[in-house]
Amino acid sequence: MRTLIFRTIAPYLASLMVLFSIFVLLRGHNEPGGGFIAGLIAASAFAIYGIACGVSPVRRAIYFHPMTISGIGLLSAASAGLMSIFAGTPFLTGLWAPIDVLGVHVDLSSVLLFDVGVYLVVLGSLTSIALGLEEREERI
Amino acid sequence: MDVALVFTVGVFFAVSIYLMLSKHIIRILLGVSIFSNAVNLTIFSAGRLLGEMPPIIPIDADTPSQTTANPLPQALVLTAIVIAFSIFAFLLVLAFRAYQEIGTDDTDEMRVAEPKGNELPPLGY
Amino acid sequence: MAVETEYTADLSGAMVLEPVPLADWLVVAPVAIPLVVGGILLVARRETRMHGWLAAGGLLATLVCTVLLLMRVLEQGIVVMTMGRWLPPFGISFVADPLGASFAVAGTLVAVVCAFYATSDIGTVGRRYGYYALLILMMAGVNGAFLTGDMFNLYVWFEVFLISSFGLLVMGSERRQLDGATKYAILNLIGTTFFLIATAYLYGIFGTLNMADVARKAGDLRDTAPLMTLTVLYLLAFAMKAAAFPVNFWLPASYHTPRIVTSALFGAVLTKVGIYGLLRTFGMLFPPELEILSVLIAWVAAATMILGIMGALAQTDIRRALGFVVISGIGIMLAGIAIGTPEGFAGTVFYALHSMIVLGALYLLAGVMNSLGGSYSLRDLGGLYAARPLIAAFALFLVLSIAGLPPASGLWPKVMLVQASLESGWSWLGFTILLTGFLTTVALGRVFILAIWRPLPENAEPIKAGMSPALGYGVLTALSLPMLIIGLYPDPVIGLAESAAGGLIDATTYIGTVFPEGAAQ
Repeated sequence: MRTLIFRTIAPYLASLMVLFSIFVLLRGHNEPGGGFIAGLIAASAFAIYGIACGVSPVRRAIYFHPMTISGIGLLSAASAGLMSIFAGTPFLTGLWAPIDVLGVHVDLSSVLLFDVGVYLVVLGSLTSIALGLEEREERI
Repeated sequence: MDVALVFTVGVFFAVSIYLMLSKHIIRILLGVSIFSNAVNLTIFSAGRLLGEMPPIIPIDADTPSQTTANPLPQALVLTAIVIAFSIFAFLLVLAFRAYQEIGTDDTDEMRVAEPKGNELPPLGY
Repeated sequence: MAVETEYTADLSGAMVLEPVPLADWLVVAPVAIPLVVGGILLVARRETRMHGWLAAGGLLATLVCTVLLLMRVLEQGIVVMTMGRWLPPFGISFVADPLGASFAVAGTLVAVVCAFYATSDIGTVGRRYGYYALLILMMAGVNGAFLTGDMFNLYVWFEVFLISSFGLLVMGSERRQLDGATKYAILNLIGTTFFLIATAYLYGIFGTLNMADVARKAGDLRDTAPLMTLTVLYLLAFAMKAAAFPVNFWLPASYHTPRIVTSALFGAVLTKVGIYGLLRTFGMLFPPELEILSVLIAWVAAATMILGIMGALAQTDIRRALGFVVISGIGIMLAGIAIGTPEGFAGTVFYALHSMIVLGALYLLAGVMNSLGGSYSLRDLGGLYAARPLIAAFALFLVLSIAGLPPASGLWPKVMLVQASLESGWSWLGFTILLTGFLTTVALGRVFILAIWRPLPENAEPIKAGMSPALGYGVLTALSLPMLIIGLYPDPVIGLAESAAGGLIDATTYIGTVFPEGAAQ
């Protein structure tokens, strides 16, 4: 699998896919897309990078251990649900905070935080599985 | 459309159960994967195929103006897909590891945890 | 996106508009706390020293919440919270009734004790691997299953604890574990997929997944809808999860392979979730169908009891014997469901609560015995009475408890079940329960005699120092003390089990709490 062409293209392809995954994540707010599918795209980006260049460059590139990323995702999803304790509404109620940054109107919400959490959980756990499999392949 | 879907579900269930009756893990896994897809289609058809309109209520109305698609089965199917996908990924890794360690994917020969010729406990002392 | 609100809709028909009191959060806490702590454990995966205490602390906090929840349920009735402000059945409801809350208390109690025991059993590698995170996430799934009021959500929680249990089962990646885990994972996945099929039909028939909504609509649909098919599918799915006789073979294949503390948690808690599912669907949703199926369930129960305990008689490895004891206990609980009267259900509930604690304790006792004698095999163990008389006392107490003899808590649920079976014409089932109790005494009495009472075999290893005695005794005391107290003063728990069973059979309070504006709709 490690042809010169693949190895040259893989880093660009992977970074493009990560960028696209973030686009899909944010698009999922009102249109088709969302945390799960975006997480899948990002995980496959790392999987491709791993196939092309080996597992340890991927581990260096993502800096955190994949399961740590999952943990951060779990925490942000849980905190998105727990925020409503302060608003006096039931668990997981969507809360909104519209703000204006530099003349752009942005609706911050706990829904988005939850979706980011899903994104990170999927990204972390699938990357961890994919890298685990690729590592074993290398050893054989 | 309903009838076609029902037949598809039936074929999926038949194929998956046939595969799951095999004693080779890899076939069982393929069967399990088709099984979960059959279930997804079952959920989808359980929600009735109503129409192609997205279930969005116009801003000046309280109810949708015409029959819309049922959004709930899609949410259920998405959840089921996510779960089936993650468990299937785990199962693949597990089966691969088991094949490496035990050296077979034949369930009849996978007797490491329950070896044959299990000795009986002492009958006295 | 928050719409610019010139237009205002009347939301009172769709959403909860009044603020939610803080005390209602107790319903969500047994799930939310483990999830948050699990996330923290995953993030702090390098700080392995903290893991054990963090997990044990988180589970202790969860235990406190479940106990407070149970007290609140008993004082003020069922507690409901519906997610995301939507009114039921549109939002997913979390409903704590006496059944769910008491199961959550018992399960979390065992989990706390297991977390403490694991501090000595699980080394740095296991912690790095994420042992405690998986353990606590599994408890989030189990508590979610006990407390949710929505069928599909129940399925999701099943999968949450299932996938965490896969992780716990293969930790170490020994050949035995991979072998056992493959069978466990595939068969359990097929079982939960049957659950999903049944839930798809449930949705197709009722158009709702909220249990209270299903319960109030079932009466009208009984003549026209194929509820029997649905019920049989649920029976198959939950029986598979509970390891009832014809579909139980995954349990003896896998439960003896992981670390002993994992076995303890699985044997104590996981199969009881299947029993909980059976109680919920048969007791609350489809009682007339249960009546038709009761003969089938009774035969399944009898076969599970007898074949389970006969399996235990044939085993040399204590852990494998305990796996079969788990199965025979499931048969006893199924007997109560087959009887189908309030007394039968109450017996099942009480037996399930007792069985969670006693099986956890027995597996942990096996772990303590292994740390002293260096083996799980009845051929190699011996001489523990001479070396550690206190362990022998605990062992005797636990054997009496699982066999259903006084003074431990095992006596009362069996009395209730036998009484219920005699009163409602199921005398052969009552006789089978007594026979199982006798065979359990033989099977585990022999374990006691061979492993503890007899002098050390000549060629066996000498008794080792073993694990820290404070931890070993502490763990066994934490589980034996509740059993002793319940055994001596059973009235509160009998009352609890009766109110849980009553709440299942007459679901009007449950429905009325979920749908406060009247169950007529």
